[in-house]
Amino acid sequence: MAEPRTPVAAHPARNWARVRRAGLPYLLLLPAVVFELLVHVVPMLTGIYMSFKHLTEFFIRNWGAAPAAGWDNYRFALDFNGAIGRQLLQSFWITCAFTVLTVGLSWLLGTGAAVLMQDPFRGRGLLRTYFLVPYALPAYTAAITWEFMFQRDTGLVNTLLVHDLHLFKTAPFWLIGGNSFWALLITAVWRTWPFAFLVVTAGLQNIPGDLYEAAALDGAGTWQRIRSITLPQLRSVNQVLVLVLFLWNFNDFNTPFTLFGNVPPPQANLISVQIYDTSFQNWNFGSGSAMSVLLLLFLLLVTAVYLLLTNRRGKSDA
Amino acid sequence: MRASRPALLTLAVATALLASACSSSGGSGSGSGGGSGAGTTLTYWASDQGGSIAQDVKVLTPELNAFTKATGIKVKLEVIGWNDLLNRILAATSSGQGPDLVNIGNTWSASLQATGAFLPISDDVMKQIDGTGRFLPGALAATGAPGQPPVGVPIYSMSYALYYNKAMFQAAGIAQPPTTWDEFVADGKKLTKSGQWGVSVEGAQTPENAHHAFTFSKQQGGSFYDSSGKPTFDTPQNVAGIKQYVDFMAADKIANPSDAEYSNGTEAVKDFATGKAAMLLWQSADATLAQYGMQPSQYGVAPVPFNAAQPSGPSHVDSIVAGINLSVFANTKNKDAALKFMKFMVSKQTQTDLNKAYSSLPSVSDAYTDPAFQTDTVKTLQSVLSTTAAPMPAVATESQFETVIGTALKNLFADAAGGKPVTDQSVAAQLDQAQQQLQAGG
Repeated sequence: MAEPRTPVAAHPARNWARVRRAGLPYLLLLPAVVFELLVHVVPMLTGIYMSFKHLTEFFIRNWGAAPAAGWDNYRFALDFNGAIGRQLLQSFWITCAFTVLTVGLSWLLGTGAAVLMQDPFRGRGLLRTYFLVPYALPAYTAAITWEFMFQRDTGLVNTLLVHDLHLFKTAPFWLIGGNSFWALLITAVWRTWPFAFLVVTAGLQNIPGDLYEAAALDGAGTWQRIRSITLPQLRSVNQVLVLVLFLWNFNDFNTPFTLFGNVPPPQANLISVQIYDTSFQNWNFGSGSAMSVLLLLFLLLVTAVYLLLTNRRGKSDA
Repeated sequence: MRASRPALLTLAVATALLASACSSSGGSGSGSGGGSGAGTTLTYWASDQGGSIAQDVKVLTPELNAFTKATGIKVKLEVIGWNDLLNRILAATSSGQGPDLVNIGNTWSASLQATGAFLPISDDVMKQIDGTGRFLPGALAATGAPGQPPVGVPIYSMSYALYYNKAMFQAAGIAQPPTTWDEFVADGKKLTKSGQWGVSVEGAQTPENAHHAFTFSKQQGGSFYDSSGKPTFDTPQNVAGIKQYVDFMAADKIANPSDAEYSNGTEAVKDFATGKAAMLLWQSADATLAQYGMQPSQYGVAPVPFNAAQPSGPSHVDSIVAGINLSVFANTKNKDAALKFMKFMVSKQTQTDLNKAYSSLPSVSDAYTDPAFQTDTVKTLQSVLSTTAAPMPAVATESQFETVIGTALKNLFADAAGGKPVTDQSVAAQLDQAQQQLQAGG
């Protein structure tokens, strides 16, 4: 926003009127700025402050008295030979795999369903609403339902796989051991894909129908129309959608916590739960905060690189 | 740079999203008005003793009404499940916004004492609540680190015991409950058959796991802390004790592998009550068993077995000193009213009523005159508590200890359930990792 160059006003009253007029937008912005500070910036700065303190059980009543830690908490979190650093690194890789798979599958399911729902047919509205149910359910309700279904002896999943389909001789575990990763992934995809469906459906409304008609006249098949019209037209929508899905899932706490309780199985130990464990189970809020700050920096970096890359490609495409 | 405006905007939105994700801080509490005596409202966080929160509300409400009637002080009750209680206390401590009184698991006493969150019970306070000389010594010892004024008073006392299904024992031709672990395993094998297991364990519940790890390693002569309070997890005795417990599932095959995912603190009890397991190692299970429909006549209660028939010395331990303490938050604005409530809770009548309802033991000696506490079950538990129960380590890192050791056992149970071998090495590796985590916390 460049300041418009204005000649010095001759009349003070007119001058004041200009200030008032120029100031009004800022005044209107003020509540939003204050709330932004209150809700986001202040807690974030508090977290950064905490990450430089030895904030353990002895000081949680009086944070100010906690001794300064310097970079200790960071060194400690990044010391991959120690128990905590090693666990953090391991949960980082698990979280990466989990996020990539969740975002990929959710996007695929959401886009696929949205494209299939594009042409009107009887019951389309009902089906669309039905697809959105997982998104509308509270996170806890959804995850606890999956927890019941994944239980070994009494869960629906094993009843289906073992008793009805006879796919396994002995009932597999879903909430402990290696399968817990897949249980987590399934629950997360189930919760996330309706959002992708919703956003892509909205994006599809903006694609002009004549594009498809022209393509049909040129003899393009369904697959060609999807590749040459639908996907390029959805580019900007997908850019934001994938980013938001990535950030949500990388930070997801509700799903693993509800599914596995306070101590997740090592194979499904997401980084947010790892940070929670460090803060609340081990009562070390300083190093928990340091891990949060590291996570924040990592996600900022990914976001910046992602936006740079996608924008550059967008420009070269245009 | 015009083209990057939307990008910058997205970045700003993204930052905001991240910030909200990173700045996690739980905290809830309710302030309460000043003044003391009639008209005051106290906030009281009770622990879940009755097997369900609704059950606790049902048990406590008449008592609280009696207190309000006698003093004019109202009590706002909130019953908090075991999985949340410690976090809620921590959040209340760090924010300064908490209840006036809270129930704590007595094993957390030293940890919470270190935070300074609770009002120390000085001799004066003890007189004020009419408690001097009335408490059982063992229960009173578990209210803080030695040499410091306690930070709470015991209200419910408990000890571990072996619960066994009488009909199943009879059907398997077992006349007496086992007194050694060899007998226990042999009986367990006899009792394990289609649809029925020898013993049920709560394999993914961290505090439960930690209590058993403590008792089993004590019996091997082990200890998780040395005399100076330094952690010594990875010792041969601790490994042997923990392996012995996990082996019920891993090697002896007398526990259902499904137990490895039991985490909410009631599933093992439910399996025992519904006839899926013949034995259970638990503390004060009666109220919960009754909830699942098991009559007291259907089960017997015996002391937890030992390694040898009659051990002596420091390994003669078959339970932790279990129990619930009542503490006053140090920054309460209603100290006088809170202490009046504490006095009410440790009075003979309230102790009798509540411990009867929860099938726990009174923590004051004068309440034992009630016939409800003269039964065989109570006598068994009481004798364990007064002779062979040992308090969990009274160190500031005790609550972390419960979590890291409980997690180690949870991982070992998961290995056992998944068919992976549980060896001395794998137990030692878990203990080593647990100790590193604990030291990292301090």
